[in-house]
Amino acid sequence: MDFSFTRAQVLARDIARSFAQTELAPHAQEWDEQARFPAEAIAKLGPLGFMGMCIPKEYGGSNLDGVSYVLVIEELASVCASTAIIVSVHNSVGAYPIYLLGTEEQKKIYLPDLATGKKLGAFALTEPNVGSDPASIETSAGIDGDHYVLNGTKTFITSAGTSDTVVVMASTDREKRGRGISAFIVEKDFPGITVGAHESKLGIRASDTCELIFENCRVPRGNLLGPKGSGLRAALNALGFGRVGVAAQAIGVARCAMQAASSYSRERNQFGKPISSFQAIQWMIADMATEIEAARLLTLRAAKLKDEGQPFAAEGSMAKLFASETAMRAATKAVQIHGGYGCMKDYVVERCFRDAKVIEIYEGTSEIQRMIIAGNVLKK
Amino acid sequence: MPPLNIIVTVKQVPDTAEVRIDPKTNSLMREGIPSILNPEDANAVEAALRLKDEHGGTVTAITMGPPQAEAVLEEVMCFGVDRAVLLSDRAFAGSDTLLTAFTLSRAILKLKKFDIILCGRQAIDGDTAQVGPQIAAFLDIPQVTYGEEIIFFEGAFRIQRGLESTREQVEARPPVLVTVNAAGPVPRYGSLYALEGACSGESLKRWSAKDLALSPAMLGLGASPTAVKKIFEPDRSVKGEVLQGSEKEMAAKLIARLREMSCL
Amino acid sequence: MINLLTEKCIACSLCVKACLLDGIRLDGKIPVLTDYCTGCGACVDVCKVGAIVSEGKPAPPPDLSFYTGIWVIAEQQEQGIHPVSFELLGKARELAAVRDCKVAVVLAGNAVGDYGDALIQGGADDVYLVDAPFLYPYRTCPHERIIAGLLEAHKPEIVLVGATCMGRDLAPRLANRFKTGLTADCTGLMIDDQGGGLLQTRPAFGGNIMATIVTEHQRPQMATVRPGVMQAVHSDKRTGTIVKVEVTPDSADDLVRVLQTVVKPGSGVELEKAPVIVSGGRGLQGPDNFSMLSELAELLDGQVGASRAVVDMGWIEHAHQVGQTGKTVKPRLYIACGISGAIQHLAGMQQADVIVAINRDPYAPILKIAHVALVGDVHKIVPELIAQLKAAH
Repeated sequence: MDFSFTRAQVLARDIARSFAQTELAPHAQEWDEQARFPAEAIAKLGPLGFMGMCIPKEYGGSNLDGVSYVLVIEELASVCASTAIIVSVHNSVGAYPIYLLGTEEQKKIYLPDLATGKKLGAFALTEPNVGSDPASIETSAGIDGDHYVLNGTKTFITSAGTSDTVVVMASTDREKRGRGISAFIVEKDFPGITVGAHESKLGIRASDTCELIFENCRVPRGNLLGPKGSGLRAALNALGFGRVGVAAQAIGVARCAMQAASSYSRERNQFGKPISSFQAIQWMIADMATEIEAARLLTLRAAKLKDEGQPFAAEGSMAKLFASETAMRAATKAVQIHGGYGCMKDYVVERCFRDAKVIEIYEGTSEIQRMIIAGNVLKK
Repeated sequence: MPPLNIIVTVKQVPDTAEVRIDPKTNSLMREGIPSILNPEDANAVEAALRLKDEHGGTVTAITMGPPQAEAVLEEVMCFGVDRAVLLSDRAFAGSDTLLTAFTLSRAILKLKKFDIILCGRQAIDGDTAQVGPQIAAFLDIPQVTYGEEIIFFEGAFRIQRGLESTREQVEARPPVLVTVNAAGPVPRYGSLYALEGACSGESLKRWSAKDLALSPAMLGLGASPTAVKKIFEPDRSVKGEVLQGSEKEMAAKLIARLREMSCL
Repeated sequence: MINLLTEKCIACSLCVKACLLDGIRLDGKIPVLTDYCTGCGACVDVCKVGAIVSEGKPAPPPDLSFYTGIWVIAEQQEQGIHPVSFELLGKARELAAVRDCKVAVVLAGNAVGDYGDALIQGGADDVYLVDAPFLYPYRTCPHERIIAGLLEAHKPEIVLVGATCMGRDLAPRLANRFKTGLTADCTGLMIDDQGGGLLQTRPAFGGNIMATIVTEHQRPQMATVRPGVMQAVHSDKRTGTIVKVEVTPDSADDLVRVLQTVVKPGSGVELEKAPVIVSGGRGLQGPDNFSMLSELAELLDGQVGASRAVVDMGWIEHAHQVGQTGKTVKPRLYIACGISGAIQHLAGMQQADVIVAINRDPYAPILKIAHVALVGDVHKIVPELIAQLKAAH
């Protein structure tokens, strides 16, 4: 068992760290307060290869391995969780499904622009009535000549407004339920798509989360992604990889919270001493550090399994579950350590706390992750 | 305009901002101090890459160090440097600035063609600013130090120098060596696209003393004209007074003390 | 070179404790040299069983006795001679007294013909003036060529150069010509009572440690010294000789041409001359708070300084930076406000006569070197000082 990173993995991490500290850190608080999409930063990430990390060089990607990918996402998230999720969603569920399932023609048309960041990708599965039970989706896709016609509403879609291409799940055969769902590559300027209002969220505020409304949206037949009826499986596979990225995002947020709490505790004096000398504080920090380390190892293991071509669904769920709950616990402790200042927007832990709560819920709630993990254990 | 052959020297250094003396053992705490690319070398690399972006050509990075120094060569290849050379040999150990410059200059001669050599002004561990000029001296080429901005115009390099109280615009015909300081061009980010190529080793050469046709007798600690005679901790002990009281009281006491010491 | 006779080693680890650089370690019971060994021999001195020996250089030392005299390379600046040249002359006089030799100075520039007497009063026995239009503004090639020629002809044992932009450009090239040792940024220069060589002391590793360097077998021994470190001397009664050296330009000189010179903004700040410096760091929490430091500095007839952190953040220009990558200062009074005291900053100001530190962190390193420390809020203390000083007038 080798716990060390290759030099390429360390370099990938360091490049991401350097970018995050210079381009994201000065603006993260402002983006959060104004709920503003970090367009300038996203534009800079494309030419540097951050938007094609899961795509091979032949389609314009930077082709990083899974371990490098999670290291990069963690670094971005430790400074701006919103930027991290925009990048993660684009890579893992926006572009990657097209690479996995697309025809050669679809790959040649869509991947180069997505991989180089010229276009932004999104993924639409969730609906107002359908969250954890994706087999029940109501968005329908009928056939009319050489087009599919999509009707329905998707909610809570990351980058709904800013994206150019969305991988959309719709039902081509309601009676077959799960096996009647198909995936489509939808371009935002196809007729019949409306972007709903930008949701004002508790956390991850700089990512634009909106509804996507399909009213007789005409999608060319050539944009069916993968065989008809295979859409749900494709979606769940894609999400399986997506959640490893989200686990990395959670670790970044947790690490940010812990580092802020450590620094603060060394500078803040009460009763004539820095509060870092009190055991109560030390134990909180010890717990944070231990859980973050454990979460990171779970996440790296899931990424390594993927790199080796092994199944990693259960491990990915464990990583997302544990990392997101760790982030919530770490952020809560960090706010507590800051005392009253932890409730002030001037202090980063306040944002960590709100971001962590959203991370605990999206990309598969903790309840769904537990279902998947239990299913994996009990089937044996 | 023909493409440019650009060489840039870089060094892997301990992050001296983090280095401390351990009060218990009285020695430098080196463990766990991250190794980084010398900051002013990053500015030199950026100057090199901008010349290449504008005029075409190749940028070759050279470093002298132990095998782990390859990490900085990989890092600069992610910025866009085309090829890299590591000079590594036990015989190089203990070189002072003269011997370091000598060894680097022999490697540069082995690379044959160059229009410009770019170096960071000084390294944060030695702080001497001597190696750049001494490389130029060994190669018998002119030098321009304290460079901040470098362009190539009508067959010559135009360099803006930042001196103590003035800025000088200087013109130098190739070949020339230019040292770049921290006010030089802001380094770009590494590109993830370049990672695979940078770390594959295909653009990296490793040269030993034998490859440079140099005998150990003329290298390293033994051949260096300077030698370290003593290392000691600076004497910082000061018997100081800590003032107490409210801000008003402390201010008053300070003024009184300063009067006593004839500082006012 | 250090040689280990491992069979004699008793693993007492005195050598490990004697080494500041982690250059020797005990691997179990066997001593082992690491890559960090500089051959200084501190371990040789403490080993009680002779398990560590120092191997000298194989060749017998050359006869260096015909190298004599101490030379200073002076520097012309826009308004006269750079003060560091006089500081070096002061030091040269001190060294010359021990070596029982003469001090010479060379000043190469344009329209420098009248500076001979000032340099003699500053301590030179012999002044070499090289006066030609092509020698100002400074360029490496002509200066190197001409001064190397003089050094070759006169064979001094020691050459001192100011660690200015010019000095740090020229000194390495001269050292290369003679394949001799050059030590940069020396804070201490002394003659070794054993052998008469020059002991050159300078900070290393960002100022965490001090190293004493020697150039044993080559001449001249060369050292650069920062402005503000040494002490100038002056005596009207001194006499000496002035030699005007005739030179002609060489076509190779023009491979580099100076096209234009522009004065930098903020260059009116002369921290090195200020008797009082009021300096600000990150603890000020914002660039606006430098205005109260300016006010205090003005009341005390001083100048404003800054730590590197705030200069890097753009709160104040680089001309005000004190420290390893800024200016070295030796004022009568240095008041550090909201500066934690990183080693690199201390390196630039710890020679001040009186150091006052104001910081709310009782563990800030600067408080350990302060003569008077005020632990409290700089935003309240400085206005109090200003108010009380104004009231006293």
